[in-house]
Amino acid sequence: MGESLSDRRYTREHEWVSVNGDTATVGITHFAQELLGDLVYFDLPDLGTMVRQFAKIGEVESVKAVSDIFSPVSGEVIEINPIVAESAEVVNHDPYDKGWLLKVKLTNPVELNNLLSAAEYNTLIAESEKH
Amino acid sequence: MGEKDTKPRLTCLHQVYPIGEHTKLVPFAGWGEMPLQFVSMLMEHRAVRQRAGMFDVSHMGRLWVNGANAAALLRKALTYNVRRLKDRQGHYALLCQEDGGIIDDVFVYRLNGRRFLIIDNAANAEKDHEHFAGLVEQWMWVTLEDCQMETAMIALQGPEAARILSEMLGAALVEGLPRHGCAEFDFRGERAFIAQSGYTGENGYEVVLGPDEGRALWEQLIDSGVQPCGLGARDTLRLEAALALYGNDIDTSTNPFEAGLDWVVNLDDEPFVGRKALTRMKAVGAQRQLVCLKATTKGIMRDGFTVWHNNQVVSRVTSGGFSPTLDVSIGMAYLPPKLAAQGTVLEIDVRGKLLPVEVVGHPFYQAPSLRK
Repeated sequence: MGESLSDRRYTREHEWVSVNGDTATVGITHFAQELLGDLVYFDLPDLGTMVRQFAKIGEVESVKAVSDIFSPVSGEVIEINPIVAESAEVVNHDPYDKGWLLKVKLTNPVELNNLLSAAEYNTLIAESEKH
Repeated sequence: MGEKDTKPRLTCLHQVYPIGEHTKLVPFAGWGEMPLQFVSMLMEHRAVRQRAGMFDVSHMGRLWVNGANAAALLRKALTYNVRRLKDRQGHYALLCQEDGGIIDDVFVYRLNGRRFLIIDNAANAEKDHEHFAGLVEQWMWVTLEDCQMETAMIALQGPEAARILSEMLGAALVEGLPRHGCAEFDFRGERAFIAQSGYTGENGYEVVLGPDEGRALWEQLIDSGVQPCGLGARDTLRLEAALALYGNDIDTSTNPFEAGLDWVVNLDDEPFVGRKALTRMKAVGAQRQLVCLKATTKGIMRDGFTVWHNNQVVSRVTSGGFSPTLDVSIGMAYLPPKLAAQGTVLEIDVRGKLLPVEVVGHPFYQAPSLRK
């Protein structure tokens, strides 16, 4: 249910990235959406924006909270998920598939090594749940 | 301070909460674990607007004021003149300081001329009850009986609330209650209290009953498909109804006239605490007004955000959030009269970005059945 998937990599700020060729699909994790609760709005960068790894690229607002979104990779934003723009709730229901946020054309794929594996990310959230 | 101040309390209904994967329990106003949400704030909000939802409101204060001079005491303590109430009738009221600042907002119910029930805010209950006790004079035949710890209180709200509760308590009792009407009745052989009231902008009922009876009614309501709702949905619902939240929209630094609550201040009757100051304030006129703000684009105004007009800060949002019914952000703020007219366009600083908002009518939403 809330398992972190092993086919992708993660940031400490609760974003995920899945890479296919030179295109990276980016989203927020199940843990993040559960923590934020009912999601209302995503503020995401425009198409063509150049983003840097770990730099802030947008915000997500839930009924009760707001959080920054950071890019897991560097590159150019080539696609925004139109379903999310229409209805943010899809990310609550399906954060890893239908609820992806944006696609980035990678400019520095080596950076993927800076990200966490699913096992490492699971350890991170297990630690944070203890506190 | 006694032990109850250091050890967080749990309500009588805590043990029958339906705890699920998405349930979030939080400390609230001295209570250890209150539900923020059982499933989802949006889902719970919509359940109340479309069908029926219920809330554990046992954390709220419940004070019986009994005796031949109950009305005399309450007239001294409240801005609303309780002598205007008929038997089995209730009214919204304020407790004010001598300077007119608001100590709390409460509901007062008259069962009969010698028996009244005060329902007040969780965070203020102890302070309020001391305030009432301090106003009791030697000549008064009056007793104060705090029944908060020995009872449960359930709020059932929504268009189907009347039908569902009628099936359990009888249509004669439930449907016989007028707006803000109240009654005492027997539930499983124990005395219980019901009022037509709520904090959601929907028709609804608040029921006070013993712990066992409360748990039984709670479970009966779950079995009949009523959605249990948490404090999150309670806040989005009351904000849509533009009902003041004590501590956010009103407090000791605000007065009833600027808060739009002049309809609960009866200056023409007997004296009460704050009357002199309030009479003066009314003559001068409100210097600012609590208004409803509605965003005209995406972005959420929240409590404390600054309100701008012509590149100047003119106020702060007292309550702000997202309205699930209107699908846009809404909030309230005190504004000078020249900026308080409907249609006035202002901006809210949302973390450095300006969110355009418009002053709109009060309330944002009200159930069709409650519209006058």
